[in-house]
Amino acid sequence: MARIFMKGCEAIAEAAVRAGCRFFAGYPITPQNEIPEYLARRMPEVGGVFVQGESEIASVSMVYGAASAGCRSMTSSSSPGIALKSEGISYCASARVPMVYANISRGGPGVGSIQPAQMDYLQATKASGNGGFEMLVFAPASAQEAADMTYEAFDYADRDRNPVLILCDGVVGTLMEPVELPEMKTDEEVARIKNAKKPWACIGHGSDYATRAWIQPGQWSTVTQQRENEKAAALYESWRRNDTRAEEYLTDDAEVIIAAYGISARVSKTVVDILRAQGKKIGLIRPITVHPFPFESFKKLDYARVKAVLDVEMAIPALMAQDVEKGVGDRAPVHTCLCSGGNIMKKEHVLTAAEKLFLLVK
Amino acid sequence: METNLLVAGFGGQGVMMLGKLLSHAACDSAQKNVTFFPSYGAEQRGGTANCYVVISDDAIGVPVGDVMDDLIVMNGPSLNKFIGALKPGGRLFVNSSIVREEIKRNDVSVIKAPVTELSLKLGNPKVLNVIMLGVYIGRTNIVDEAVVEEVIVRQLGKKAELIPLNREAFHAGLEIGKGR
Amino acid sequence: MEKIYARTKGLRPGVVGGFCPGCMHSTVMKLIGEVLEEMNLFERAVCVLGIGCCGLHMDYISFDNITAPHGRACAVATGIKRSNPASLVFTYQGDGDIAAIGLGESVSAANRGENISVVFVNNGIYGMTGGQMAPTTLMGMRASTAPAGRSAKEHGYPMHISEILDKLTAPAYIERTSCNNPQNTLKTKKAIQKIFQNQLDGKGFSMVEIVASCPTNWGMDAIDALDYINENMLPEYPLGVIRASGGLDNGD
Repeated sequence: MARIFMKGCEAIAEAAVRAGCRFFAGYPITPQNEIPEYLARRMPEVGGVFVQGESEIASVSMVYGAASAGCRSMTSSSSPGIALKSEGISYCASARVPMVYANISRGGPGVGSIQPAQMDYLQATKASGNGGFEMLVFAPASAQEAADMTYEAFDYADRDRNPVLILCDGVVGTLMEPVELPEMKTDEEVARIKNAKKPWACIGHGSDYATRAWIQPGQWSTVTQQRENEKAAALYESWRRNDTRAEEYLTDDAEVIIAAYGISARVSKTVVDILRAQGKKIGLIRPITVHPFPFESFKKLDYARVKAVLDVEMAIPALMAQDVEKGVGDRAPVHTCLCSGGNIMKKEHVLTAAEKLFLLVK
Repeated sequence: METNLLVAGFGGQGVMMLGKLLSHAACDSAQKNVTFFPSYGAEQRGGTANCYVVISDDAIGVPVGDVMDDLIVMNGPSLNKFIGALKPGGRLFVNSSIVREEIKRNDVSVIKAPVTELSLKLGNPKVLNVIMLGVYIGRTNIVDEAVVEEVIVRQLGKKAELIPLNREAFHAGLEIGKGR
Repeated sequence: MEKIYARTKGLRPGVVGGFCPGCMHSTVMKLIGEVLEEMNLFERAVCVLGIGCCGLHMDYISFDNITAPHGRACAVATGIKRSNPASLVFTYQGDGDIAAIGLGESVSAANRGENISVVFVNNGIYGMTGGQMAPTTLMGMRASTAPAGRSAKEHGYPMHISEILDKLTAPAYIERTSCNNPQNTLKTKKAIQKIFQNQLDGKGFSMVEIVASCPTNWGMDAIDALDYINENMLPEYPLGVIRASGGLDNGD
């Protein structure tokens, strides 16, 4: 298959089109402008719609509308813009409207820095809006994964009738590298997806109360609201069993484990290779779904052997470390190797931290 | 085999394009992995611009490294800012038309090319980056020069009349790089 | 015997709306149901409901509807209409929704000449939340968040959304009506027909602003509320066609 040299953001945009996404609304913010710019060109070529909304809030509301009409729909932004979108995301989750969105994350809090960071971990995995909803959250570590995960995300969104988040740090979003793009769905397939039996889709169903479509982001009745919450909770629980994904790299005999996702995991993997070449027993656990978090990968480790865990992330204070600690428990100490502010995780930084752990372990 | 390259200059010198052309060519070469990472200031014009290119036979773990095998500097401030990142024995490519600063390292090999002057001689100041790409390829042969030339024609050939100019610029650079 | 009047199919049979006595929301939705029925549009109709008392309609109407986040109705309608142009999409919003929290979405959709219809019910106060001040609250009118009444110094002046949108080039049609008497109610129905027909004709953003009562939060009975509309609301919000044709009528 042909390799195309493209940015992570462009890979996300093209993969969305190939997955049958035919509606995108977004608002400019660095470093994700390549997604709306790409789709402003691309959508008209495939009979899709691109709208530059007047704000992030309006853009996600447009996606809520388009997705409620049965169309595969997407929005994207970067950290502060994603915060604004939380209203619409929560509505989609509450009304069980399938949609996909990408956060090409940058430094924070506030306006933060325009350079890459992983400061949105808790927002992405714990509380992307009000009301305690959950989402599948994928964290790509390369442009290839960004494309593949975006493509799949639409299937998951449709399967679950729920938003899916692509949490992509600004390095992976702006990095260019070769990508083998997923297959383009034909116009017939796209039409089939759109017209698939979606009795809930607001496209006009006549004047019968029993069969009308009704997109309801809330309930008047406390009884039905609790029932909806329980149904959603059962769905979230099924993800923990079936959809949690992690890469476990050289963990079988490892005495030190690095935990990292996105670009930090990629840098950490290089460090693992360097230390392995020196005979040091080190491995990597990379959450691919940061939600649900792969707790099992940490729980099943043999702690008679694993002496320490190193959490590597581009966030200060450490954020994912909270989940890593939950997975590890008191069976091993969890150390951190951190940077933030738009500084990109350095190989030497991780190497030094890992070597120090080996000294402590001895 | 992995090569880390940093290209640095100011906005408008085609620094990003130089890195992208090289990366595209590496992508077109079977079996090579390549990453390109741009780093801009917030300004739209006149700020600093630099990009990191990694070309490797294996998967690339670190697209933005600290230690560079090769460094291309298109202006003086970039030399001072990044010379320390070049590994001992690394290769330094300098736009000698405008870089007047002293090179305070004697453990690196220096390839000087007056690409600003040469571009003016060729009649278009914009091709200085293509000349420098030629210099880099001529010296390192990191990607086959024919593949690079194809990429230049493909990426910069939207205006057909510019194709001969860009070819000429690339070849002028190759000659310098090969030490002729 | 000839049947000369029947409840519109647009309203759910056998269900009595939970609106307060004298509230005009039920009147306006009845008119909308009748127009959809007469124009044979139920198979295509999607109603985007605003937050507040507007949202109560979700359970009383019999056709497709979606509740928008507060103020975002015009953006939600944009998404539905653009992704499915065959549908007839209209928003149903109150003054807090369209003029306060949703001012940006409303102005922007109007400015894009979005091919949607907007039904804006202006009763000068927040209803469901309990009588707080709205951008359209009249001078001196008491509200739970302006207990001494609206004052220019503290709150500025009543906002005229129809006139503000009329400053834009794209909107196709803007009319202000009321339901305070049978004649005006019939005019309101005609205006609803007009804004739906405009959408079918692809003319772009069309809106009817309906000056309505909120007896409960105005602190008066239904009859006095009608007088209050005549004596206080209509001088501030005069009725009539504000915009007769739009910039997109020229086909560009």
